[in-house]
Amino acid sequence: MEELDAEPTVTLIPGVNSKKKQMCFDWGPSEMLVCETSFNKKAKSEKVPSCPFIHFIRKDEDVYSQILRKLFNESHGIFVGLQRIEEELTGKSRKAQLVRVSKNYRSVIRACMEEMHQIAIAKDPAGGRQLNSQISILSAIELIWNLCEILFIEVAPAGSLLLHLLDWIRLHVCEADSLLADVLGSENPSKHESFWNLVTILVLQGRLDEARQMLSKEADANPASAGMCRLLGDLMRTMPILSPGNTQTLTELELKWQHWHEECERHLQDGTFIANPQLECLCKIMLGDEAALLEQKELLSNWYHFLVTRLLYSNPTVKPIDLHYYAQSSLDLFMGGESGPEPLNNILMAAFEFDIHQVIKECSIALSNWWFVAHLTDLLDHCRLLQSHNLYFGSNMREFLLLEYASGLFAHHSMWQLAVDYFDSCPELGRVSLELHIERIPLNTEQKALKVLRICEQRQMTEQVRSICKILAMKAVRNNRLGSALSWSIRAKDAAFATLVSDRFLMDYCDRGCFSDLDLIDNLGPAMMLSDRLTFLGKYREFHRVYGEKRFADAASLLLSLMTSQIAPRSFWMTLLTDALPLLEQKQVIFSAEQTYELMRCLEDLTSERPVRGEPDAQLFQDDDIETTKVEMLRLALARNLARAIIREGSLEGS
Amino acid sequence: MEEIYAKFVSQKISKTRWRPVPSGSLQTAETFATGSWDNEENYVSLWSIGDFGNLDSDGGFEGDHQLLCDIRHHGDVMDLQFFDQERIVAASSTGSVTVFLHHPNNQTLSVNQQWTAAHYHTGPGSPSYSSAPCTGIVCSNPEIVTVGEDGRINFFRADHKEALRTIDNADSSTLHAVTFLRTPEILTVNSIGQLKIWDFRQQGNEPSQILSLTGDRVPLHCVDRHPNQQHVVATGGQDGMLSIWDVRQGTMPVSLLKAHEAEMWEVHFHPSNPDHLFTCSEDGSLWHWDASTDVPEKSSLFHQGGRTSTFLSHSISNQANVHQSLISSWLSTDPAKDRIEITSLLPNKTLSVNSLDVLGPCLVCGTDAEAIYVTRQLFS
Repeated sequence: MEELDAEPTVTLIPGVNSKKKQMCFDWGPSEMLVCETSFNKKAKSEKVPSCPFIHFIRKDEDVYSQILRKLFNESHGIFVGLQRIEEELTGKSRKAQLVRVSKNYRSVIRACMEEMHQIAIAKDPAGGRQLNSQISILSAIELIWNLCEILFIEVAPAGSLLLHLLDWIRLHVCEADSLLADVLGSENPSKHESFWNLVTILVLQGRLDEARQMLSKEADANPASAGMCRLLGDLMRTMPILSPGNTQTLTELELKWQHWHEECERHLQDGTFIANPQLECLCKIMLGDEAALLEQKELLSNWYHFLVTRLLYSNPTVKPIDLHYYAQSSLDLFMGGESGPEPLNNILMAAFEFDIHQVIKECSIALSNWWFVAHLTDLLDHCRLLQSHNLYFGSNMREFLLLEYASGLFAHHSMWQLAVDYFDSCPELGRVSLELHIERIPLNTEQKALKVLRICEQRQMTEQVRSICKILAMKAVRNNRLGSALSWSIRAKDAAFATLVSDRFLMDYCDRGCFSDLDLIDNLGPAMMLSDRLTFLGKYREFHRVYGEKRFADAASLLLSLMTSQIAPRSFWMTLLTDALPLLEQKQVIFSAEQTYELMRCLEDLTSERPVRGEPDAQLFQDDDIETTKVEMLRLALARNLARAIIREGSLEGS
Repeated sequence: MEEIYAKFVSQKISKTRWRPVPSGSLQTAETFATGSWDNEENYVSLWSIGDFGNLDSDGGFEGDHQLLCDIRHHGDVMDLQFFDQERIVAASSTGSVTVFLHHPNNQTLSVNQQWTAAHYHTGPGSPSYSSAPCTGIVCSNPEIVTVGEDGRINFFRADHKEALRTIDNADSSTLHAVTFLRTPEILTVNSIGQLKIWDFRQQGNEPSQILSLTGDRVPLHCVDRHPNQQHVVATGGQDGMLSIWDVRQGTMPVSLLKAHEAEMWEVHFHPSNPDHLFTCSEDGSLWHWDASTDVPEKSSLFHQGGRTSTFLSHSISNQANVHQSLISSWLSTDPAKDRIEITSLLPNKTLSVNSLDVLGPCLVCGTDAEAIYVTRQLFS
């Protein structure tokens, strides 16, 4: 047993005093049943039934959010698409595709956040608060995902790594844009109270072009500092950056950057901006001065912003391998050593350390749903980053997380269809899990049953197909829908049940003297071969049809073959022989002599068995009475027919 | 067909239907109804597509559809039909049939009329009832015909409390869908691959005609009648096959066309352009079948002619299949297969497309992936 990663949270069951009473529980796939027991150590001390309820405890509450349902459904489509990505694709095209998939996932998260925002605004404060906490969770998820995308999927090299990180910061620290709109919208931007805050933020985020434009506004409004503004603006303009289309090498860039850095430093030392503290501060920031940066804590708002800004102005060509060192020191500097065990910090730090497993582990502990870790792990697995890692339980981590997520979906009333594809993508335990889950779906309509059946049939899950069909057939029998029941057992190729239903049909026939559900029985086709009894039912009905059409000879040979081929159950022979009576009594001879012998043999077989039966009673005597009369009549008819047949056949041969 | 808009709605959609436009008006479709299934709470909802008034704007929220109003529905919505402009009839898995009334003034829906336990099972030898899902509805003001898993056919009239007529045990298996053939005749399809024609003028509980697929008894899930030629009928089956039938002749389909990989849930002829047909399936695809190619001059005559006397005289005098291709591009035999052009309308298929509806240039469909797709440029 490994030691616990985090203290388990305590859930209080309302109405149960856990100090006085004991509780019992039972596991479900993703739910737990909890109730109070009457068990008590001191027997009969007090019998107060304090809590008469059974409580459901759900682990994964987010599954039940209406808006997150959209996230689950939309990301399901992306997930299925990802599984189809050609294995052969290698190198650049594969990477590009994986990055696109990752971006799709993120855009779905963003769309969800957007919608939650809109609803939160419209809602009352209480409901809004709950939504807002969900929004902050989603935005943290997106933040982590984006960082993982840069570090693990894009695998950005030195140089472009920083550009990606800058984009990451700009996307997630978005106060700048609203502030920008606010300031530019005012009558006199440079006199706006947050003007310098805005310029500082722009510089901190490396948005130097925009910062320059703001400075030129200041220069226009304030001629005294125009020269300084222009100078700083020039510094901003000339800062060397790596542009994607450019072919310059990293060393060239580093050289240029060094020059530029020295120039900035010179200006600062010369006291160029000494008259304007704001401009001087900006210049210090651009030099990567840590003290100056830390003064802007408020505007940086978090340590990872500090990290990226610090790298931008002190080491723009940082290598991925050095990232964790800067990250750790930035965290320490920014937090002043009092960095609490904030989960988000731990996760981001683990990412900067390129420890994928730690990232996933921390996320699993911190987040309330499996959606994020399952999808991220799957994506990283497709990047071939997780192959080496095996768990000491289940199969690998990807599969473990996907199974957890899919089981959660199955616990939901309506999202089981999504879960199927997740199970499919788990090569080791997916199929068994699906088999166990799929049988437990409540089937209230045939249409739903058909959908479940289709899932099973596509995966050759014959056992499940049979059990579902059997459930439906049983239901139909209970509802007195024999036709339906027969259809279902034919679909399941369930011979035993088909026999049972056929017997019910035959019983009905014996009781009422006519068949029900002719539309089905007349159209059995090859399905008739499923069970002997069903074949008999179909053939017997065919006999009636042929007889009805007055094709007596055909009817007679069919009837005889039913008995001689042993298809007809013994218990039914008497009925068949009785059916032969009218044929025997026809004016023309229908049964040949040979056929009549066969019939006689059948009758004798049947009557010779009779005495073996157990103790006779009054009822049986009466029945026997009728039976004996029947047998007598049959014997008479058979004998007369035999006589006629012999005469006829003899005279035919003679002539 | 690039302009197809998707919206995720947090409920599995079982049915989508356009509200009919008033006959003779030049309006295009702008409101549709949806029903959900397999949720803990199911809803019948009304949606409006995009631009409220300005048709020529190209950008913004043009194709996005907005919820107008919704109402709780007890049980899964198994079928949904517009009775008229304001009323919607819904079939429930609980066996009830409900008429909802839309109040455009304050955008609400209310229950107008309900037949509870329209479909039910009777247990063996006991009078106890258990409800049976109602699987299909067809409306032709003022009549409503419903079919169900209990094999029963009900004949209702709006504003009448009781069914005008009920055929118990009309089918030994489940009835999946129903449509009007000619006014007193209806057509049902069942789960053992049969089409049955019922004539309400006849007494008794026997169908006037049974047509069936040969051999395999593949269940049929949907049926639609050609809007102009009432003897031409299309059905879709469990194996995804599209069958075209001529109910005047033969008991077997005129043509069988290999289509989807799983259950075909719905088939619809385009109401005003019946050389076009639309199908959707459990395999997550939505197809547009175009049989109008190659015969442009004939079909144009056909479209203009509509139901004028010239057309009628044609169809009567030429019944000895001289000009059959002119009468219907769907009935001509083998060569027709080459002439039908099929386009897939949805980009990537995942979960089942349960329902679709077409009206004018607009198409709407709903899926188990909880998305509603709308396009307004079908023939562009």
